[in-house]
Parts: sequence; C-alpha cells; structure tokens
Amino acid sequence: MRYVCLIYHETMRPDAMPGGEREAAAAQTLNYGEELKRQGYVIAAEALQSAQTAMTVRVKNGRVSTTEGPAAETKEQLNGFILIDARDLNEAIQVASKMPEAKVGSIEVRPIRESHRTDRWMRGG
Amino acid sequence: MSGDTAEPARQAVDAVYRSESRRVLATLIRLLGDFDLAEEALHDAFTAAMEQWPRDGVPGNPRAWLVSAGRFKAIDALRRRARFDTSLARLAEDLNTGAGDAAGSNGEDLEDDQLRLIFTCCHPALPPEAQVALTLREVCGLTTEEIARAFLTTAPTVAQRIVRAKRKIRDARIPYRIPSREDLPGRLDSVLRVVYLVFTEGYAASSGPSLTRADLSGEAIRLGRLLMALLPEPEVAGLLALMLLHESRRAARTSPAGELVLLDDQERSLWNRAQITEGLALADRALSSRRFGPYTLQAAIAAVHAEAPRAAATNWDRIVGFYEVLARVDPSPVVELNLAVAVAMRDGPAAGLSLIDALLARGDLSNYHLAHAARADLCRRMGKTAEARAAYERALVLTRQETERRFLQKRLADLPK
Repeated sequence: MRYVCLIYHETMRPDAMPGGEREAAAAQTLNYGEELKRQGYVIAAEALQSAQTAMTVRVKNGRVSTTEGPAAETKEQLNGFILIDARDLNEAIQVASKMPEAKVGSIEVRPIRESHRTDRWMRGG
Repeated sequence: MSGDTAEPARQAVDAVYRSESRRVLATLIRLLGDFDLAEEALHDAFTAAMEQWPRDGVPGNPRAWLVSAGRFKAIDALRRRARFDTSLARLAEDLNTGAGDAAGSNGEDLEDDQLRLIFTCCHPALPPEAQVALTLREVCGLTTEEIARAFLTTAPTVAQRIVRAKRKIRDARIPYRIPSREDLPGRLDSVLRVVYLVFTEGYAASSGPSLTRADLSGEAIRLGRLLMALLPEPEVAGLLALMLLHESRRAARTSPAGELVLLDDQERSLWNRAQITEGLALADRALSSRRFGPYTLQAAIAAVHAEAPRAAATNWDRIVGFYEVLARVDPSPVVELNLAVAVAMRDGPAAGLSLIDALLARGDLSNYHLAHAARADLCRRMGKTAEARAAYERALVLTRQETERRFLQKRLADLPK
C-alpha cells in the first residue's frame, strides 16, 4: 500500500540552531532519504520551502480570494513529504519513526486512497 | 536481462515470500534480537532477491539465502547509521562476530524459531488483543489493515496495539525463547487462547452483518496445524480437532439465503467429511493421552455430533457426560448452560428448563442472549407460549449479531398466537 508521510515541525528561525548542528541534521536527513531509496520504499519525496512562502487560495461565491501564508496557522507547519510503498500501516510507521525529523517535529502517516489493490509481494501476497 | 528468465524468477520470489517470509522473520528476530530491525532486514532481503534472483537464478536453499542476506543487510544498515549514532557501531560489530552462527544453524533451530515467535507474540505480559494482533501480523503475515477489517476496527487502532506490544517486548526484555517444561502448560494456554479467539471471531463474528468470516477461521486452523507440527501436545491436538469439527459444518450452518441453521436442522450431507475424519482422529489421539483439557473435551463433544448420521441419532448421554467433566475441569456458566441444553435433549425440556432457570437466577448469564434463547426454545417445546415469547424478546434485545437477530425474529413470529 502507499502512504504519505507528512513532515511537520515548528517554524524555526535560521539562527535557532548552530550552523554545525544544522548541517549535521541535514546530512542525517539526506542519509536516511538515500537509505529509504535503496530499500525501495520511496515513490516520491520533496522538502518544501518555509510556510511563509505559501499562498492559500479559496473560491467563495465564484470569487477567488488569496491569502498570504499557509491554510492553517498552527505551531507546526508542513515541511515536506515522502510518498512510500509499504506492506502495511505498521511498516509505514516503522519507516516514519526513523526519519530524523521525527525527533524534532512530527510525522503524519496517511494511507493513500487506493481505488484497487495492486498485488506485489511487498503488499503481503 | 531478458524478460523470459526474469518473470519466472519474480514469481519464485512471490512464492517464496508467501511460504517462507514468516520463518525467515522468526529466525532474523532471534539473530538480530529486535522485531523492527528484523522486519527491516526481511524487507531488504526480499528487495535483494528481487534484484538478484532474476539475474543469478533462484538459490538452492532460498530460506537460508534470505536469512543470511537479511542479516548482512541489517549489519550494513547499522554501520551506515552508526555515523550518526555511535551506540549502533557496537551492535553492528557484535552481530558481525556472531556471523558463523547464522549459517551454522541447523534445521531444528530454525523450526524452533517459529515456536519462539509464537510464544513471544502470545506472551501473557501483553494485553490479549495485542497478542492476537501481533500473532496475526508476525506469525501469519496478515497486514495491519487486514487484521483491522477482520476485527471490524480501524487500522490505526490495530497499528497502535502492535507498536505498543513491540515496545513492551523490548522494554520488559521479554525473552525470545520457548518456555521451559515447567512453564509450558501456562504459556501454552495463552497461545491456544489466541488461536481459539481468532477462530471464534472468524466462525461466529461477535457483531456485524455476516455470520462467519472464513479468512480468520482458516488462519486459526493454519496456526493450529503449525503448532501441531512444532509442539504436538494433547491440547494442541484437541484445539485443532475442535476447530476442524466446527469448521466442517460451515456450509450447513447458513441457508442459501444467509439465515442461521441450528445444528439439529442442518443438512448433514453438507458437512465436510475430510475435516471430520481429521478432526475425529485428532480428538481420539488427544483423549487417549489422558493429559487433555477443555479444548479436547469440547472437541470430544463436537465429535459425538459429527458421528451422528441424523440429529435424532445423537448420543446425548455421552454429550452430557463430557459436559459434566468439562464443568469440573473448566467451570463456567456457559458450560453449565450447554450442559442444561444437553440434559434437556436427553431427559426432556422440563429437566433442562429447571437447570437454566437456576442458572439465570444466579445472575451470571442474565445478559447472555443465548441463555434466553435456550430458555425460550425449551418453553416453546413445552407449550409455554407466553414465557417463550418473553424469553425470545429478551434474547433479541441482547444479541448484537444480525443473522442471530433474524433467526430469533423468525422463531418469535412462528410461535402460536
């Protein structure tokens, strides 16, 4: 089954973390991303620019309205996503639990709404 | 690579995954000492197989290949991660020094791994529903989503149980081993309870639209057979016999319209003869051991039914006898209720009714729909229509199962006005 891991963490000022740590964290993220690819889990993965760069679009009574910033003003903001192929929810949780971002933020694991079940050995035969 | 050699290899990987992945996992958990690490290693081993088998051919001993590939992949992954977490470096090297053991494991050890896995998943320190979920996922290979569907619950609920159970196993350092001789009876009870729970959930779904969920019963029987092969104790044989004998009636248990058909009214030619033959032999074997328990006794009762060519030819005296022993070995109000029904069949409805009334008066079963349904049935047979009606109505209020509800409504409607 496919799951999307939505990576959230608190908006951070660039100076909140010393340069060395920031680089180490980035290297760790990259490292785990490579590992997940090697393991054949990753379908797609992207990091997002900060929530301040977002625009939110709504159509009310036929009129387009745009607001600056993310759709929901929450403490934690969406920072990236990884779309993975895992055997089941517990395997997806296991993959998510090793993402370095899980230590500083939170990862929401959501199954993709599948219209049909494809069968591959990874999906439990 | 050419397509005509790749495809058979891919199918071979599929087939090996279905037949061997649980055994490989069981061995990897022992070698790596951790569920999550082992599951990851299993995944990596199969990913490697998908890559290499189409190119190099399927190895002579796929299971050994997968175990060794999984182990090396795990060491590899730990070493890479050790760059960020130095504590993992030690673990990786420790695993690496133990290298020879893995390849050197003999067949017996590998079979024992499955038993270790079963005992760990059914460890009494884990909550019962976690034991069930963990067993179905790790031993049977069901997915979290499949388990959730089977138990009419949500995937996150099941996932949470599994995550917590694994954490408990790690934190409480629950050992990955087969219990010692003296601990075996208690620990085996826990395993058998899990298997039987899976079976009954599949056989008579406790709620929901359909009376039986064949997948779960089938899984339980598969588990029973696996246990029988690994640990042929009398109660294991008894439980497997019980499940097979009940399962043999599946086709006769519901009408073509999906309505419940009681044992007495079932078309016995629909009973599955192969399952009955196997069940009877297992029940005999368990009974003759003289070390049997409640599962064997229930199997013995099911065997008496299975041996009767017609409902009227049932040896109720034998059934009453087995229930009397069962009520001593494993006393419960439900066993007493069944005893009362058997007595009614042997000695007439009045004898059964006085037993059921005594039981209901004690209050243990006052909210159990089958107690009221049984009482209603006996009253009906004695011509006590008003009492029968009241008891059917009480049973209807208490049942949560749709097919049973329709059955009770029909009985109620059939009462003389």
